[in-house]
Amino acid sequence: MKRRRNRRQDTRLLLLFAAGGLFAAALVGLLLSDRAMVTDFSQKNLAPCLRHPFGTDWMGRDMLARTLAGLSLSIRIGALTAAVSAAAALVLGVAAAVLGRWADAVISWCIDLVMGIPHILLVLLISLAFGRGFAGVVAGVALSHWPSLARVIRGEVLQLQQAPYVCSAGRLGVSRLRIARTHLFPHLLPQFLIGLILQFPHAILHEASITFLGFGLPPEQPAIGVILSESMRYLTTGKWWLAVFPGFALVLMVLLFALVGERLRQLLDPASLHE
Amino acid sequence: MRHRLGFAGKKLLRMVLLLLGVSLAAFLLMSASPLDPLQTNVGQAALGSMSPEQVARLEEYWGVHTPPVQRYLGWLGDFLRGDMGTSLLYRAPVRQVLGERLANSLWLMVFAWIFSGILGLVLGVTAGANRGRLPDRIIRGCCLTISSTPAFWLALLLLVIFAVWLGVLPIGLSIPIGADAASVTLADRLRHAALPALTLSITGMANIALHTREKMADIMTSDYVLFARARGEPKGSIIWRHGLRNVALPALTLQFASISEIFGGSVLVEQVFSYPGLGQAAVTAGLGGDLPLLLGITVISAAIVFGGNLIADLLYGIVDPRIRRGVACT
Repeated sequence: MKRRRNRRQDTRLLLLFAAGGLFAAALVGLLLSDRAMVTDFSQKNLAPCLRHPFGTDWMGRDMLARTLAGLSLSIRIGALTAAVSAAAALVLGVAAAVLGRWADAVISWCIDLVMGIPHILLVLLISLAFGRGFAGVVAGVALSHWPSLARVIRGEVLQLQQAPYVCSAGRLGVSRLRIARTHLFPHLLPQFLIGLILQFPHAILHEASITFLGFGLPPEQPAIGVILSESMRYLTTGKWWLAVFPGFALVLMVLLFALVGERLRQLLDPASLHE
Repeated sequence: MRHRLGFAGKKLLRMVLLLLGVSLAAFLLMSASPLDPLQTNVGQAALGSMSPEQVARLEEYWGVHTPPVQRYLGWLGDFLRGDMGTSLLYRAPVRQVLGERLANSLWLMVFAWIFSGILGLVLGVTAGANRGRLPDRIIRGCCLTISSTPAFWLALLLLVIFAVWLGVLPIGLSIPIGADAASVTLADRLRHAALPALTLSITGMANIALHTREKMADIMTSDYVLFARARGEPKGSIIWRHGLRNVALPALTLQFASISEIFGGSVLVEQVFSYPGLGQAAVTAGLGGDLPLLLGITVISAAIVFGGNLIADLLYGIVDPRIRRGVACT
């Protein structure tokens, strides 16, 4: 009998697979973005068939190409916004823990403030402030996702500063920079990376939602949110493929990343490592 | 008891400060918007055909030239006296618009809140108590999938299945099209609210179930559960006596934290079902640049969220005697 792989190897495979899938989708979508715009009025409103596996819309555009182009757009925006908000969370979380009581009070207040406004509403408001469109959606998603991760990082740093080995390193005269590099950083890195990966699906979902509501990407872009909000007008006449396939592709991608994040968290968390 | 009151008072003060911050932040964001309310609402073509006086009157109506500081202070002063201003799009007092919309949305949200809370707790406890086995795998898989699904897509799917294919439930709105207000029965309203409420409940449930499962699984590996098992206590009794009591606290936090999510979900879901609720009003106000209405909605929703957090904080003390004593000591 073949030896079963352990969880660490499993996760590595899943990570490779997810990264490969992500990269491929982003690339294919980029290459197909021209085809996603091609209209062919002799082929409009086709149900899924062999030539058009996802069907076509009322302008005869191939839904498969549009879905892939939309996914690619989502991936790029998701990566950008998740990176920005994770960086903001890192800076603010460390600042709150290190810079003393006043900074902590101010930053904690800001975290409470941002978390108090329902998320969609906040993204909507920020998107308005940046004049909607691409800038609006990127700013809205990037500037609204940092609080929860910032809170985690703040707690982690506060806890680490009390740890016996950090205290004794300080007493032994090790410089603060060196403590930060050798003791704090290695502890913070896994938390930060997992936070970054887990923000990715959130960012994509919120990008699609806000675009769906009409505050995000302009209607001429083949984004998933745009495709789905356009499909609303045709659903009642039975054109279900306009909504079902693009949404399903989005769910699959988000799920893949949620799974990777979950697996990594289990691996890096000592409490659940040996399950 | 006096300590509890002091604790509540401090929290209340913080909440008022946070609300003030929310209103200021929302106002700043809206007034920073480069979108011209005249362009979005009246349109380029109509503006071109108007006389300068008409344009000036419209500009005054939409408050284009009023300095932001003056505008905010004016709004805040009125708000403290209970006047939330006049909605520019609906041409009615914001309080009235909010009241109507909230009445529509509130019981949708309350139903979803309670239903998702109960279902999430039950599923989470079931999964956590059977960790690694079949029920756990099924529940966990479903919940992960649901939490990766955008609320509006789920709404679209349910719409296609129940309203278009099966044709058993209406496609949207809160009352039948063309019916006058007097002839609308409660059954009509229920039928129209069924799909939005179902969507909201399902999306809210997943998150609660996943987190509860985690807590429950932690509890099941604890020493006191091990000891209870060694004593020969049956599993049902362990879950009932040790599991539920310890999972109650995080479950409370989750339940009250989910208010914000349910509100966010209702914005999307109401948009899909054209349900005339608060969320739909927020989208309309945002697209049309209706500052007083959007500001009102933001403040009200933040007040609901903060209120929920406050209640959760107060309930901790009632549920958990350790916290009650801990607060009394300080």
